This record gives sequence, structure tokens and C-alpha cells, in this order.
Amino acid sequence: MEQKLSLRKEADAKLKEFDIEAYTIGVKRRDKVFEIVGLLATFLVLLFLFAISVDLLIDGWVRIKDAKFYTSYPSRFPEEAGILSSWVGTLYVMLGAIFWAVVLGIPAGIYLEEYGGKGRLARIIEANISNLAAVPSIVYGLLALGVFVYRFKFGESVLTAGLTLGLLMLPVVVVATRESIRRIPRSIREAAYALGATRWETLFHHILPYSLGGIFTGLIIAASRAIGETAPLITVGALTFIAFLPPPPWEDFLGMLMSPFTVLPIQMYNWVSRPQEAFHTNAAAAGFILLVIALLMNSVAFYLRYKVRRKYQW
Amino acid sequence: MVNPAKMLEERKVEQQSGTTKVKIEVKNFNFYYGNYHALKDINFPIYDKRVTAIIGPSGCGKTTLLRAFNRMHDLYPGARYEGEIIMHPDGANLVDRKTDPLKVRMRIGMVFQKPNPFPKSVYENVAYGLKIRGIKNKRFLDEAVERALKGAALWEEVKDRLNANAYSLSGGQQQRLCIARAIAVEPEVLLFDEPTSALDPISTAKIEDLIVELKQRVTIVIVTHNMQQAARISDYTAFMYLGELVEFGPTEKIFTKPEKKLTEDYITGRFG
Repeated sequence: MEQKLSLRKEADAKLKEFDIEAYTIGVKRRDKVFEIVGLLATFLVLLFLFAISVDLLIDGWVRIKDAKFYTSYPSRFPEEAGILSSWVGTLYVMLGAIFWAVVLGIPAGIYLEEYGGKGRLARIIEANISNLAAVPSIVYGLLALGVFVYRFKFGESVLTAGLTLGLLMLPVVVVATRESIRRIPRSIREAAYALGATRWETLFHHILPYSLGGIFTGLIIAASRAIGETAPLITVGALTFIAFLPPPPWEDFLGMLMSPFTVLPIQMYNWVSRPQEAFHTNAAAAGFILLVIALLMNSVAFYLRYKVRRKYQW
Repeated sequence: MVNPAKMLEERKVEQQSGTTKVKIEVKNFNFYYGNYHALKDINFPIYDKRVTAIIGPSGCGKTTLLRAFNRMHDLYPGARYEGEIIMHPDGANLVDRKTDPLKVRMRIGMVFQKPNPFPKSVYENVAYGLKIRGIKNKRFLDEAVERALKGAALWEEVKDRLNANAYSLSGGQQQRLCIARAIAVEPEVLLFDEPTSALDPISTAKIEDLIVELKQRVTIVIVTHNMQQAARISDYTAFMYLGELVEFGPTEKIFTKPEKKLTEDYITGRFG
């Protein structure tokens, strides 16, 4: 009892001694220091990105400004080599990858969030889908080689590449879909159900439209990662020297799917490993174009999110 | 100490006298969340075209009971109904396993505690219930939207901005929009779950007037934690405590001559 009392007195004395002035100044100083450190870190990150872009731009400028660079096939002569087959290839492969990620990933996310149970099994599935996002991309490449190339005999084709990158995108898309659906407040669902809407109507008239912004964002983030992937495509057998284009899909869809391909990062890799300096210039130019495409995709995501937010705001 | 007689003085409703039809009958109704026995053996009638208030302290199960009427509990796992909630004139048991909750919700509308309009336009909000009932005719929809908004005393305020997003309205307007959305489909019964607890006094008064007005057209059940509100707008009052129905009767009787001591204590503010 006595001990308690003395403790109390001590605490009281301490409180009285407490220097509010010094404390506030100290806290403010700490705040300021953190602000400066944070600012420096942000600038450093931006500086790296900026430095890389500018470096690529300067190194590759001779080819970037050359219109022939975009309309020529690869060549033994660095000045004549271009990225026609690789940028067209990137376009086809990415369209394929996004297609698979959308048709498999979004329904899977919807099912897991809306229809699937909430029990032990659901939690195990959820954890494993998140784990899939951490699987190294070359492992996806090995899987695709075994399954799509050898088992299904799709060959070293645009179709295989699209499926491979689509698989790579899947976990991110599934998780993004689930998260954005979960963010819709319960009260909105209840409002729809209380009016007599079915689960299907509630989902397709309300929950999905309101969560599209988040789903798009996840999709584009996944696609921006997939567009730069080299390892899994080398594993499934992308060629590095392709002097023709896949047939346009409106003329021969199956031919396009089954056509051999190359993509920008592979073309870059190939050029970088050449000894001639002039090829390195080509690589820098291709790298810059790849960067521009990825940034463009990000801006599309930004724009879509802005549109959805404007349409459904709360 | 509260004076119940004084609460009744400022009443907005003339108590309708004489006999009236029963719209819903709650018979030996029990409700469980998993193993938790939330509602115990509830029995009382809800009269046609009257306002019935359910009052009681927090956690007494009044909202749980209200949400059983339109089967909202079916949205979440672990809910179990026992007994009967019979809806007249057809005598369907609303909580029977064989009764489709969709059919129940088509007949019984609901207004929630917090305004919850869809993040769409005012017009889309009101028209939604009609659209999912297959009504596509633009002229008919326009007319029904106008009628519902007038019915919810909101038309004058929003007629020039039917295409504005519902979230640009004030809280009170949003709640009236939710009422318009619910009455647009002409439900037989309308459930209100503490509809004014998130609103300021002026908006509250407007909603209360509206509820009194709406009972010409529809049977109303309202859950409220505000006894003055129950006294002002209801014809019948049910008092609940710890998952049981303690007393049910005409509002005037419950507030002036309650039969149970518990009711009297609650109404006069001795606990709650």
C-alpha cells in the first residue's frame, strides 16, 4: 500500500516536471527530420527511374528517331536491324496474356469472393493463390514448356506465350478482383437484395461495376510486369531472329496463334549479348520503347480508374 | 424522469380506432445465430396500413426481428428460423425453408439505418427495383420515378437533377431517396431500421412526417431506439428485452398504462 502511494507521488512529481515546451520542440524536430529523409528517399527512387530512361534515350537516340527501326526485321547489320517482329510479337502476346488473365482470373476472383465458402479450404486456397504470385517466372516457363509445348502440342507459338504470361498474371488479377469486390460496403449489397435482386443481379448490376476500377488496376499492374518478362518466354522457345510477322488475326486467326514469335525483351537480350557496339545502341532503343509501352499501359489504368470513379462515386 | 403522457401529446398520428385486418402474424417465432438463441418465442400481430414500432434497449433483438421479416439473415451463414411469420391475405409463411427469400423481398421493402443509395444517379436509384422486375418502358419508368419521389417528399428538391449522383445529396435527402426507391415497387409492407439515427433533427422530422403519410398506402414496421419517435408516429408498439417480446399493444396504452413493470421502467427511462 505504502509502496503504491510513493510510486504515485513519484509519478505525480514526474508529471509536474514534464517540460511541455521541450517536448513539443523535440517532436517537431523529429517530424522535420523524417520529412527530409522521406523526401530524399522519394527523390532517389525517381532519380533512378529518370536516370535509366534518360540513359536509354541518349544511348538509343540514333535509332529511336529512325522510322526504319520500327519497320525493319532483325538483321546482321546493326544499322538495318529493327524491332518490327518484336513489337508486333509483344502486342500479340500481351493481348493473349490479358485475354487469359481476364477470362480465368476475374471469374476465379469473383467465385472465391462471392460464391466460395469461407471455411478452412477457402483460406488454404487463398493463401496458395497469394503464394503463386511469388513463384519465380522461370518456373512458369518450365511449367508451360511441359504442359503447353509438349503435352498440348501448342508449339513454340504466340498461343503458348500468351498462356504462359497469362498464368503469370493470374494470381495478381485474382487477388485484385477479390480485394476490390471486398471493398464494396455491405450496405450496398443489402440495398440491392432488399429490393428483390438476385445474387446474379446484385453482382452484375452493382458489385462488379463498382469494383471495376480496382480490377483494371490489378490487371494493368500484372500486365506491366508480364510485358518485360524474358525468362519464361526463352524457356518456351521464343526465337531471337524472326524475319516475318504472324499472319494478321483477321485473315488467319489460327495461323496467328500458332506462329513463332519474338518479343521486345528477347530482342533486347539478343542485341545486348552481341559484341558490336552498334547493337548495344539498338538494345537501348528497344529498351526505351519497352519502357514507353509499359508507361502507356499504366496511364491507361489511371484513366480507366478515373472514369470508373467519376461514374460511381461515393 | 420522462413523462410518457407528455410524449404522446406531440403525436403526429391520430390513433386509428376500430378493428383492422392483420397483415402479418408472428407466431412462436425463434431465431438463432449458430448456437446463440437470439429471439425467443415471439408472438404478435402487425396490422394492415398501420405503423408498428419495435422498441427496446440495445441488443434486445429488435433489428434481428425486423431483418427476419424480409429474410435478410439468409445472406449470412449460420442463421436459423423456427416458428412462423404468416403474411396475409395469402397466409404464406415468410420464414419457411421452402419460401424463396426473393419472393419475400419482392413484397416487403426495407429502409436501412444508414442511407445506402447506389452510387448511381437519382433516377437510376429509384428505377432500379422496377427494372429488375422487368419494366423497361421509358415512359412508365419516368412516371413511376416521379410518383415515388413525390411520395417520398423529395421530388421538388431533385426534379432538376435526376441525373446527378445520389451521393451529391444531403444525408436526409439520401434517406428519402432510399424510401422512394423502396416505395417505387409498391411493396405491401415497408420495414424501417432506425431510419433517422444518422440524421439531424430537421431531416428526422421530415422522415417522420413521411412515415405517417405512407401508412395510407403501406403497412409499416419501424425499429427505433428513440421512444419519443415511437410515441409520435406509431399506432402499435412492441417492447422487446433480451430477445423476448415483453409487451405489445396500442401505442397509447403502452405509454400510459403498460401492464408490465419492465415496460414501465423502460418507458420512463429508469433503464435502457
